[in-house]
Amino acid sequence: MTAARNPEAKLRAASYGTAPARVAGGRADLSSWDIESVRADFPILQQKIRGKPLVYLDNAATSQKPRVVIDAVRNYYEHENANIHRAVHFLSERATEAYEGARRAVQGFINARASNEIIFVRGATEGINLVTQSYGRTHVGPGDEVLITGMEHHSNIVPWQILCDEKGAKLRAAPINDAGELLFDEFAELIGPRTKFVAVTHVSNALGTVNPVKQIIELAHSRNIPVLIDGAQAVPHLKVDVQALDCDFYTFSGHKIYGPTGIGILYGKSALLDAMPPYQAGGDMISSVTIEKTIYNALPYKFEAGTPHIAGAVGLGAALRYVESLGLDRIAAHERDLLEYATDAVSAIHGLRIVGAASEKAGVLSFVLEGVHPHDIGTILDQQGIAIRTGHHCSQPVMQRFDIPATARASFALYNTREEVDALVRGVESVREVFA
Amino acid sequence: MSDLRDLYQEVIVEHSKAPRNYGALATANHKAEGYNPLCGDRFTVYLDLEGDAIRDISFQGAGCAISKASASMMTQILKGKSREEAEELFDLFHKLVTGQAPAGDKASLGKLAVFSGVSEFPARVKCATLAWHTLHAALEGKAESTVSTE
Repeated sequence: MTAARNPEAKLRAASYGTAPARVAGGRADLSSWDIESVRADFPILQQKIRGKPLVYLDNAATSQKPRVVIDAVRNYYEHENANIHRAVHFLSERATEAYEGARRAVQGFINARASNEIIFVRGATEGINLVTQSYGRTHVGPGDEVLITGMEHHSNIVPWQILCDEKGAKLRAAPINDAGELLFDEFAELIGPRTKFVAVTHVSNALGTVNPVKQIIELAHSRNIPVLIDGAQAVPHLKVDVQALDCDFYTFSGHKIYGPTGIGILYGKSALLDAMPPYQAGGDMISSVTIEKTIYNALPYKFEAGTPHIAGAVGLGAALRYVESLGLDRIAAHERDLLEYATDAVSAIHGLRIVGAASEKAGVLSFVLEGVHPHDIGTILDQQGIAIRTGHHCSQPVMQRFDIPATARASFALYNTREEVDALVRGVESVREVFA
Repeated sequence: MSDLRDLYQEVIVEHSKAPRNYGALATANHKAEGYNPLCGDRFTVYLDLEGDAIRDISFQGAGCAISKASASMMTQILKGKSREEAEELFDLFHKLVTGQAPAGDKASLGKLAVFSGVSEFPARVKCATLAWHTLHAALEGKAESTVSTE
């Protein structure tokens, strides 16, 4: 049952617009959670790396794919492949149905009102670019302001920078505190009479912070300002209900939620999308074309120029059904348990400092080790089959905020285990030995 | 873990902890900044050139153990060398860390041969060569220039 249809759930999720693990169903019953059978769903996890079992802790960069997703993509190419729409032949109808079925799967997954509010894009980056180029260019002018936060991924900074440079507008960023949490009062103060748009990440990829997006949206709407939520790091970890959130735009990438690369979605309220000019022009996005004039197609096709990534959409649909079959409440509870366990375990390592200690976190554990550059940590862990990410995580302003060049980041998915966290801890201890 | 000790040889770890010729050079007449966007490593190389001779050299910045040790040992070996010799060493060093150096060449690299383990770690080649790319830019550049490994 979704939050929108369940008043009680809506209340519980009020502050975050979601059902975060610690609040609603956070202690979901994990007795039936069979981690070994979940891991068996992911062929890639069965292999060894450098003679060691793969410990994949780079899920915030991209997640691994369950068999059902791989099979869905293969099945599409083996049995259904054709170009969608318009053609009258059998395969085209099947391909169209597969593609539109995936759109309905997305609609259900984020509880959008209608499936034509779901635009297929390459990923969250393209979703944000679509909004900046289409909505932004028609609504942001000289002297106007766009407000983001100090914990955005570059993909939710640079498109707005380009827009603001072009329009003579100003990009402002609300600061974060030492724990990596948004300073909400300062955020509120930065909303001024010239603020034309608010764009905020739901979950920080570098810190794991869960933002109070419901409150942010309410505040912005009280000043008639539309809000885009970058959900790339949120959808794999917590239930998202775009109607309960009342966000104007929401975007995420398929590959971070166990789907293929090269496919993602942008949700937009249909009234906004209807009024927006096209983002790219070409086939499929038109209704009729003469050399003098083109009439654009209806939603969502107006924003889907060219042959889309049909197989990717089919794979994404399969991924979302897979996540739903396990249950996001149970996934969130499992991941929260892991994050708490990992946080305690690495905190005990001498000289290690966790970067990002927000009270609401999801999926990410960023840290630095005294006297050792994160890049060296990454190489040494890799020798033990442990994959983490090191660097600035495409969030250089976050690194500047904490005055560090980089962090080491372990990020979790539904298939990770406490034993893998133990391997991480042993690995970091061995890093200390190399540099002792 | 045996490969790891090839990469993190003691002399490399030691140089990364206590880099030589570290800090801005007051007499520098050439300098360049090098940046590796992949990991955020950033070094400035300072040169005091007299004609074609490297009279003095130093570096400053932040980076991983490999990049820092490489910068430190580069400054040691280059002091007093000519521009031509420096470029030649860069070429040899690049071959070494990418696994293309013939055995004879390794000998002429002297202490720098400890970086041969890098060739087993392709992701770290840019770390090992960052200071050298920056040196190259400083030698080529007029007074100040910037180089990126991407």
